[in-house]
Amino acid sequence: MVKGKIVAGCIAPHPPHLVYAENPSQNEPVAEGGWEQLRWGYERLRASLADIEYDAIVVLSPHWQTYIGTHFLGLPHFQGLSVDPVFPNLFRYHYDLNIDVELAKAIHDEAASAGLPVKMMENPDFRVDYGTITTGHLFNPEWDKPMVVLSSNRSTAYYSVEVMQEIMVELGRVTRRAIEASGKRVVVLASNSLSHRHFTTESEVPEDMSKEHITSHAMHLWDMRIIDYMRTGQAQRILDEMPEFTEQAIAESDGGGLSWLLSTLDVPDYPAILHGYGTIIGTGNAVVEWPCHAHEEADA
Amino acid sequence: MSEGSVVGSFVVPVHPHTVLAPNQNEGWQRLRDAFDEAAQTIKDLDADLLVIYSTTWPSIIGHQIQSDPNPEWVMVDHDFHDLGSIEYSFNIDQEFAHAWDDANKKRGLQSRCVNYKGFPIDVGSVVALTLLNPDNAIPAVIVSSNMYANRSETTVLAKSCLDVIKSQGRRAVAVTAMSLSNRMFTDFIKPEDDKIHSLKDDEWNLKILEFLKQGRLEDVGQLSRTIQRQIRVQKVVAFKPMWWLSAMNGNRNDLSGKVLAYEPIHGAGGAVVSIDPTPSGAGDKEYDEDDVEYFHGERGVLDTIDENDTGAQQSPVVEQASSGPSLWEPTEAEGSVNTDAAPKPVGAYPHARKVGNMLFLSGVGPRQPGTNAIPGGPIHDEDGEPLDYDIEAQTHAVVNNVKRIVEEAGASMDQVVDVTTFLVDMKRDFKGYNDVWAETLGKIGPTRTTLAIDALPTPIAVEMKVIVHLGE
Repeated sequence: MVKGKIVAGCIAPHPPHLVYAENPSQNEPVAEGGWEQLRWGYERLRASLADIEYDAIVVLSPHWQTYIGTHFLGLPHFQGLSVDPVFPNLFRYHYDLNIDVELAKAIHDEAASAGLPVKMMENPDFRVDYGTITTGHLFNPEWDKPMVVLSSNRSTAYYSVEVMQEIMVELGRVTRRAIEASGKRVVVLASNSLSHRHFTTESEVPEDMSKEHITSHAMHLWDMRIIDYMRTGQAQRILDEMPEFTEQAIAESDGGGLSWLLSTLDVPDYPAILHGYGTIIGTGNAVVEWPCHAHEEADA
Repeated sequence: MSEGSVVGSFVVPVHPHTVLAPNQNEGWQRLRDAFDEAAQTIKDLDADLLVIYSTTWPSIIGHQIQSDPNPEWVMVDHDFHDLGSIEYSFNIDQEFAHAWDDANKKRGLQSRCVNYKGFPIDVGSVVALTLLNPDNAIPAVIVSSNMYANRSETTVLAKSCLDVIKSQGRRAVAVTAMSLSNRMFTDFIKPEDDKIHSLKDDEWNLKILEFLKQGRLEDVGQLSRTIQRQIRVQKVVAFKPMWWLSAMNGNRNDLSGKVLAYEPIHGAGGAVVSIDPTPSGAGDKEYDEDDVEYFHGERGVLDTIDENDTGAQQSPVVEQASSGPSLWEPTEAEGSVNTDAAPKPVGAYPHARKVGNMLFLSGVGPRQPGTNAIPGGPIHDEDGEPLDYDIEAQTHAVVNNVKRIVEEAGASMDQVVDVTTFLVDMKRDFKGYNDVWAETLGKIGPTRTTLAIDALPTPIAVEMKVIVHLGE
C-alpha cells in the first residue's frame, strides 16, 4: 500500500461569527457581513489547496471538551442542528457531515497502543460541536470530504500546559503514524484561536466592525510573536513558549490543538503561509497553512 | 398578593449517571434516591418556581436566561456519551425569564434571554430538571454561569432574581447544579471502582458539607475562592455557585441544612443538599465582604492602573468624578473620623466628628467607595436627562456607608439615635426608602425626620444625616 501523507496542516479559527457573516443557507441568522479579513483568509486557504488532492480532513476542536481522554466521532454520518450555547443569536447551523470512521479508528487504535486514553463516540444522538462545524464549513463549504473529529482533552485545566503538551505531542505522533499507515492523503486542522480574551459585551449589531479590535496590546504582541514564528519556520519555538503564551495570552492553545498540529506535522522548520489575521470579539485569530506538499516537492 | 420568597434551596450534582445509570453503582443510586427525596420536598413546599443556576452552561456575554417556554431535544454528554441519551421537554416560565432579564439590566448587569429551537440545554440543567421536576409541574427558569463573572456580578444576579420573586409573589426553589470537587479521573474506570479523586478533595468536600449542614451558606460563599484553588479544576475564574445561592438566601449563616447524599461520580464530588430558610437558631456569623446591590463592572482587568500615582497626597482635591463635583480627601481635625471604606466627600469636611460621647456624621449618600458608583443607578445622566433608578438599592447603600463610618469610630449601628433623611423625590421614593428603613435602621429605633429637597450635589436620590451616641 502507498504510504499515506499529510498534504497540509492548518490552524483555522472557529468563532461562529465567521459562519454568521458568510450567510450560508445552512445557518438561520442573517448578517450584513463582517470579519472580512479572516473570511478572506479562509478564501485564500481554500484557493491554496484547491489543486491539492486529499481524502480526508482531520480536525481537533476545542469545543468538544472531554476530561477523560481523547474521543473520536465514530459513526459514518452526523446530521442535525448545532446551536452555539454562547452565541445562539449568531449560529444555528443545520449540519450534515460524513466521518472517515476507518481513519478515525486507526488513529484511535494507534493512540490506545501508545497508552493514551481514547474512546470512539458512537451515540447517534450526539450533537457535533460548533467549533468543528465552523471550521468544517469555512475550510470546505461543499462538505464533500469526510472528516475525522478529535475532542479536546482538558489536561491544561487538570494539570498544566506542560502536561497537556506532552500528551498532545504524543497524540500528534500517533496521528501522523496512523495517517501514514492508512495510505490516505490528509489535511490536518487545529481549530484554534490564538489570544483568547473576549469582550464581555456585544455591540447592538454584532458585525459592527467599528467595535472590533484586540482586547489589549499585550495580546497583540503575543499573537504577532507566535505568527512570526510560524512565518519563519520556528515551530519548535512555539512549543517551547507554549506555557507562557497560553497563560499570558489566555490562549486557546490550552485546548491542545496547536501542540497536536505541530507534532502531527513533525514540528515543521519551513515557513508557514499566513492567509489572514483578525480579531473576533477581541480574541486573536489567524488562518495559517503549512504547505507540506510543497515542502516535500522541494525536498525531492 | 404576599411578597414572594425563596422557600427552599438545593445543591445537586451535574453528571448524567444519576439519570442514565444509577443501577451501575451503589453511590450513584444513593444520589438518585436523594434526588427523588429532594423532588418530594419541593412538591411538599408547594413551590411554584424552580430557579436553576448551572455551572455547566458557561456564557461570555453577561448572563443568559433560557426563555423558550418548552425547550425539547435529546442531550448527550460530551464525555459520558456511552451512558446513553436524555430526551427532555421542559416547562420554562417565560414571563419570569424576561422579568429577571429586565431586573438584571436595572441592576447594571449584562443579560439576555435565549429562545431558540434546538438550543442545547446543558447537562447540569437537564439532570436537575429531569429529576427534581419529573412531571414538569413546576415552571422553571435556567441561568448561565458567566465564565468571567466574579463575586459582585454573581451576587447581583441573585438579587435581581429575588427582586422578581418578591414582586411576583413567587414561592421559589433555588438550585445550583454543580460538583463540589470537580476533579474527575482522567482515564476510564469501571463503575465499581469509583471513588473521590483524592483524600484532599474528600476532606474539602466534607468540610463544605459540614458548613452546609449547619446552614452556614454565607461562610461557604466566603470560602469560594479558596475552594476554587484547592479542589477545582481551573477552567473558570471562580467557584461561583455558592455566591449565587448564598445571595439567593440573603447571605445568611443561620439556615437549616441537610445533606441527603454525598458520593463520587467518576472521581468528582457529587452531593444533594437541601437548605431550608428557616432560621436554625444559630447566631449569624461574621460577614466579611461588602454586600453589593448594583453591578458597575469588574471587567476593567485589562486597563492600565498606575499604582505609583500618589498625587492624591499632594492636594486635597483627589479626582474629578466622571460627572458632578470633584472629590476631596476628608479633612482631618480633632475628633475627625475618616475611612477609605466610605465614599470620598464632595467638599472639605470629614466623614464624621466625635465631640464628647457623641458622633456627628456628615451627610451620607449611596456612592460606593473607590468607584464612586451609585447602586441602583444615578437619577439623571450627564446631560441631566432623568433616569430610572432604584431607591431601595440607593437606600441600602446609604445605610451600608453609614455603618462603615460608625464602625470606623468604634461604635455600632445600634448606637444611632437620630437620623435626618433628604429625598429629592418624596412622592416617588418615600415608600421604597421607608421599606428599607423598616428592615434596617427601623429595627434599631433612632428618631427620624424625612425632608424633601430640590437636589443633592451628586445624582443621588437619598442622603442621611446621622447622630450617634457613643455611650458613657
